[in-house]
Amino acid sequence: MLSVEGLSVRIGTGRGQARILDEVTLSVPRGGTLGVVGESGCGKSTLLRAILGILPRGTQVPAGAILFEGRDILADRAASARGRIGFIPQDPYLSLNPVFTAGAQILEAMRHHAPGTRRDHKAKLAELFRAVQLPDPEAALDKYPHEFSGGQRQRLLIAAALACDPALVVADEPTTALDVTTQREILALLRQLTAARGLSLLFVTHDFGVLAAVCERVAVLYAGRVAETGLTRAVLDDPRHPYTRMLLGCHPDRAVDLTGIPGTVPAATAQPAGCRFHPRCPLVQPGCAREVPPMLPLAEGHAVACPFHALPLPEPALA
Amino acid sequence: MARYILRRILLALPALFGLVLLTFVLTRVIPADPAATLAGDAATPAQLAEIRARYGLDRPLWEQAVTHMRQVLSGDLGSSIFSGRPVMEEIVFRLPATLELTFVALLLATGLGVPLGLLAALNHNGPIDHLARLISVGGLAIASFWLAIMLQLIFAMDLDVLPLRGRIDVALGAPPTVTGFFLVDSLLAGRLDLLVDTLRHLALPAVTLCLPGLASIARFTRSGVLETLQKDFVLYAQAAGYGRVRLAAIYVLRNAVTVTVAQIGLLFGALISGAVAVEAIFDWPGLGTYAVQAILSADYKALLAVTLVVGVVYAVVNVLVDVAQALIDPRVAEQVK
Repeated sequence: MLSVEGLSVRIGTGRGQARILDEVTLSVPRGGTLGVVGESGCGKSTLLRAILGILPRGTQVPAGAILFEGRDILADRAASARGRIGFIPQDPYLSLNPVFTAGAQILEAMRHHAPGTRRDHKAKLAELFRAVQLPDPEAALDKYPHEFSGGQRQRLLIAAALACDPALVVADEPTTALDVTTQREILALLRQLTAARGLSLLFVTHDFGVLAAVCERVAVLYAGRVAETGLTRAVLDDPRHPYTRMLLGCHPDRAVDLTGIPGTVPAATAQPAGCRFHPRCPLVQPGCAREVPPMLPLAEGHAVACPFHALPLPEPALA
Repeated sequence: MARYILRRILLALPALFGLVLLTFVLTRVIPADPAATLAGDAATPAQLAEIRARYGLDRPLWEQAVTHMRQVLSGDLGSSIFSGRPVMEEIVFRLPATLELTFVALLLATGLGVPLGLLAALNHNGPIDHLARLISVGGLAIASFWLAIMLQLIFAMDLDVLPLRGRIDVALGAPPTVTGFFLVDSLLAGRLDLLVDTLRHLALPAVTLCLPGLASIARFTRSGVLETLQKDFVLYAQAAGYGRVRLAAIYVLRNAVTVTVAQIGLLFGALISGAVAVEAIFDWPGLGTYAVQAILSADYKALLAVTLVVGVVYAVVNVLVDVAQALIDPRVAEQVK
């Protein structure tokens, strides 16, 4: 369905080249769900923008391919993938144009990427609005974004993502701007709709709780590289990469107290050589600064980019 | 929406009331004495006193103000203390001339300024952007009287392709008056020759008058578009696969022009005051030339009437601008509720 292969993305900045993504490989099978987790600055958003074909100006892609339904959508920017990939943005408040009605905004995309007449589109959209449980679906078409609540707007955006009959839905932390109750409803809705339609889902988040609720598989991104990937249950229950282990230690649901990871995510213009996590890693060995660790396969598609994954973390790092 | 419009209109009324009162006081406290100007240099004190008494100039200021307000409210703007003709007569003839000129100038400024600003923003730091900046700076920096004379020299004198001054060719005569707008009246009369001649006469003064407006409209549109382009919803629309042209020309522009439209209301005031100089140079029979005459001859009745009429026009334009803004951005009308 979607496979990202060895994708590298660079952006030229005033302080040199920023290596946003480096040799990122991941895939979403047909009907499957993949979560991409990582701290801010790990390249999650750039990965999404690459998949959606909206990388900012001045971005270079020195290597890699993004295969979607068998075609490289990175090399062939043709609109073919548009509409086939639905997008749910992060912030429902900022992602809708305040001066156009909800219907007008979604119909504009459908005009380009969905078959049928405007009347068909309207009928279909009203049906989708019903499916996402918007109150008064017919009237919602002619309402302006400010007339909806945050949760309703996110429902609207889910409907928009499904409007052109996509095969894949890409979601960028779609619940971070919402309160916890609404968050749960939206996630349930998303799961139900994608499952019912057999859609693949790529879900970007920094929240392991959300991840566990939505995704079968997970890829942990650190500083533009994949640190660990596998079934969500396997990775959550038995994280192998020191970064994943410490990140899970940081999560309030899992640890008694919140342990920060010492140091900060490196600037994209000054990525360390070798393993990018080594300056912060409690298991660091002399070789870590020289060689980029390869992905080591473990059981059941679980793979980790750390040769020392079997070593226990020293006590203070786990608290 | 209807409530919103009504509210805007009601808000304009106290401003107009204040305007009438303020201009009245101002015209009466300046040292120019209308009675002295009217009586001439050789007038005796007795003649002066007689003139003062006739026009009520000997009454206390507050009493004069009340009388004036009462007259204005009853729709009577008084008579010129010089010609003795009702001021309204003169204004009915001259107002359309000024409005025609300012509306055409505003149309030019908007019609050229908005696309220029949009193209400049889409070509951020490109050649079109630099050209737009040149026009913006130039448009604000060039004095309109200088530009007017230059245009006259080039297009009327050297090239002889456009008329030097006036509103219409005297030999052709004005179209039969219906609205007072020659563009409209010539169309109503079915006289295309008059329409063309009116446009030819409008060309130079309208271009002169529109330039500062064009400059600021282009600047506001440019910065509005640049700001809008940074918004999340533009990125979202790109991801959703909007057409490029539609995205820029409609989706982004509609957000960007809310500021520009507000600007047009303010600009209209500048256009009318700019019209005074432009009318004088092009011998345009509008309110501007009338106001200049009234000031020079201390004809305070005429002056008060012109100020009031301009104030009303300005208020009407600003109500229209508010309505336009509410139509462009539905949140505007909501906020007022």
